Amino acid sequence: MATKVFMEALSPTMEEGRLVKWNKNEGDAVKSGEPLAEVETDKAIMELVARGDGILRKRFVAEGESRPVGQLVGVIAGADENIDALIAEGSGGGSGGGSGGGAPAASAKPPEAVVAKTTENAGATSVPQTSAQSQGEASMPPQAKIEASGNGGPVRSSPLARRMASERGVDIGRLQGSGPGGRIIKRDIESAAQSGGGGHAVASAPARRAAGAGDFEDVALTQIRKTIAKRLAESIGPIPTFYLTSEFDLTRVSEMRAAMLAMGDEYKVSVNDIVLKAVATALSQHPEVNAHWLGDRIRYHNRVHLGVAVATDDGLIVPVIFDADTKRMSEISRETRELAKRARERKLTPAEYTGSTFSVSNLGMFGIDQFTAIINPPEVGILAIGAARNEVVDVDGSFESRPRMKVTMSCDHRAVDGAVGAAFLQTLRRCIENPLMLVY
Amino acid sequence: MPIITYRDALSQALREEMQRDDRVFLMGEEVAVYQGAYKVSKGLLQEFGEMRVVDTPITELGFAGVGVGAAMVGLRPIIEFMTWNFAVLALDQVLNAAAKLLYMSGGQYNIPIVFRGPNGAALQLSAQHSQAFESWLAHIPGLKVVTPGTPYDAKGLLKSAIRDDNPVCFLEGEMLYNTKGEVPEEEYTIPIGKADLKREGDACSIITNGKMVLVAMQAADQLAKDGIKVDVVDLRTVRPMDVEAIRTSVMKTNRAVVLEEGWELAGIGAQTVDYIQRDCFDMLDAPVIRVHQADVPMPYAKNLERAAKPDAAKTIAAVRKVMYLD
Repeated sequence: MATKVFMEALSPTMEEGRLVKWNKNEGDAVKSGEPLAEVETDKAIMELVARGDGILRKRFVAEGESRPVGQLVGVIAGADENIDALIAEGSGGGSGGGSGGGAPAASAKPPEAVVAKTTENAGATSVPQTSAQSQGEASMPPQAKIEASGNGGPVRSSPLARRMASERGVDIGRLQGSGPGGRIIKRDIESAAQSGGGGHAVASAPARRAAGAGDFEDVALTQIRKTIAKRLAESIGPIPTFYLTSEFDLTRVSEMRAAMLAMGDEYKVSVNDIVLKAVATALSQHPEVNAHWLGDRIRYHNRVHLGVAVATDDGLIVPVIFDADTKRMSEISRETRELAKRARERKLTPAEYTGSTFSVSNLGMFGIDQFTAIINPPEVGILAIGAARNEVVDVDGSFESRPRMKVTMSCDHRAVDGAVGAAFLQTLRRCIENPLMLVY
Repeated sequence: MPIITYRDALSQALREEMQRDDRVFLMGEEVAVYQGAYKVSKGLLQEFGEMRVVDTPITELGFAGVGVGAAMVGLRPIIEFMTWNFAVLALDQVLNAAAKLLYMSGGQYNIPIVFRGPNGAALQLSAQHSQAFESWLAHIPGLKVVTPGTPYDAKGLLKSAIRDDNPVCFLEGEMLYNTKGEVPEEEYTIPIGKADLKREGDACSIITNGKMVLVAMQAADQLAKDGIKVDVVDLRTVRPMDVEAIRTSVMKTNRAVVLEEGWELAGIGAQTVDYIQRDCFDMLDAPVIRVHQADVPMPYAKNLERAAKPDAAKTIAAVRKVMYLD
């Protein structure tokens, strides 16, 4: 049975995609789930995977060409299956001769025509050749969905997917659906939960949490919490942010780096790596800041998924180091570099930049001494790291030059009070000024 | 276990129930001397005599009414319609008399009657003789509607229908009479209103009844070759419907295809889908798809008839669609 290959909505906001590269030639055998092509979305380069088994019989789009979401871009079918009708459909769909690098909309069918055709099909229940009548939404080609949801409609998802997402703590708004018109369905939640909650992260994470503790705990808001949230949001909204700045002494961090480097290049770690490890360690002791504000409740996470802001040419993106508190410094170091590199190459998958429980932004390498970072909702805090500088400070009554670093934590006052944020920074100071704490 | 035909299973049920209770009698066109248009009543006249196996003139409304009257005074008639298409003439007795008398007599008159006969399409019998009536009958409070798809179910359910103190419409199938299946020698009955899980899987639920059970099983066999294992829920009774069985299956598979022999509008499948959306909304991963007869009078031409009928290929296509495979 032939499987149509559509340009899928590979990001929640994607309206068209540029087919960067076909991974399969016409005539190649493909299996369901295998990458067929690489597609550039508005955010990243993603894989378009096969939704059925068979032979890739036809490709309607040349490499480098763009197509709107929902357009037929290929056909997977049996080797000797007749696909003439599909070829007619795909060729009619506006793959018009080499529209050199621009305005794919011009060659595509006008949306009205697509909708009209769809309606006609959906209504034609009395036509005997339709294989199964009254198939509801599932039978409608994806175009219609995009037309319907294009005007800023909500994320489409199956009821089951919504339920699973809420049970598993997956933020459904950040997922891309693989169903018709980008509908988020069961398999999308399963794969998100898998990559967000485990994969390579779990492999190296020691099982140190009590079994059955779950990934997080939802705590309903108390009245006082509700009042604080409401009043502060009225004051500065929508996130009533306040800032806590602290300056840390990096003497021991410097000594540790020097000592490690002396052991060999493979032990080289950056200040940033140490800070990330310290933040993760401190977060594991302060779940009250490792949390999500969910409107009617606060979700305290039992796992630490650390978002690390990365500047790219296209803008800011925040890839996630999952279970950062359980990872060794070497792992954090390697993963951070790898994620940053992939971010700059626009190769991050949504799972890699979704699900953080707290974020860190470091502008030290740009020579910034101190700054305030914007909270990445629904997180309730973000830490802004400044540059390490030698400062003359008073050490037991005498002046000494010491490496110092300023950090500023932005806190969502609805969930985090000043004293709570300060306590977290105290722990962080202890970790950074005594980095041996990190191996304890 | 003996393997017998659907026809013989029905015949056994009639004989056993007539032996068990002498208030039970069979009445209809050609049931006695001719031994039944489809030979379901073969040998009954010889065994039970013409008082209990009664040939009638071609007067559906008349003999259905005689049956209702007999039931009112304590007998347990089985009214055979040569096909449910002919029973249309008797619907006043079925819907207005049999279904309503218990209610309208303030509970004074039970009507322990069975109306039975072949239902739905056979082959090239055209528009007037190919209709599936389960949704028409199931619409009426006061009736029970039973649609067995296998010999085992046919025998067990017919015995229950005959013993039931209320009117039961028993829908058989011309294309089913020659199908075979295991039927135990020992006595058994199947409760009315209980579905049966004919095949177990986790990918999707195919919910169906009557003759379409065979279609669903063909589809399930084909799908299994592609590694897709489906639940086949045979409702067996469409009124009362086994909502619990539907719920259990759909909760497990998260997807459903509802397959029925009749037309779409107000069909059995429409009601099934309603139960699903009410009880399983949060567990659905895809909209439920219905497979049914095309919305036309049944064509006579072979190719058009084939196109109009629900079949395994259409069912497979629907399953693949709810699984987001196509």
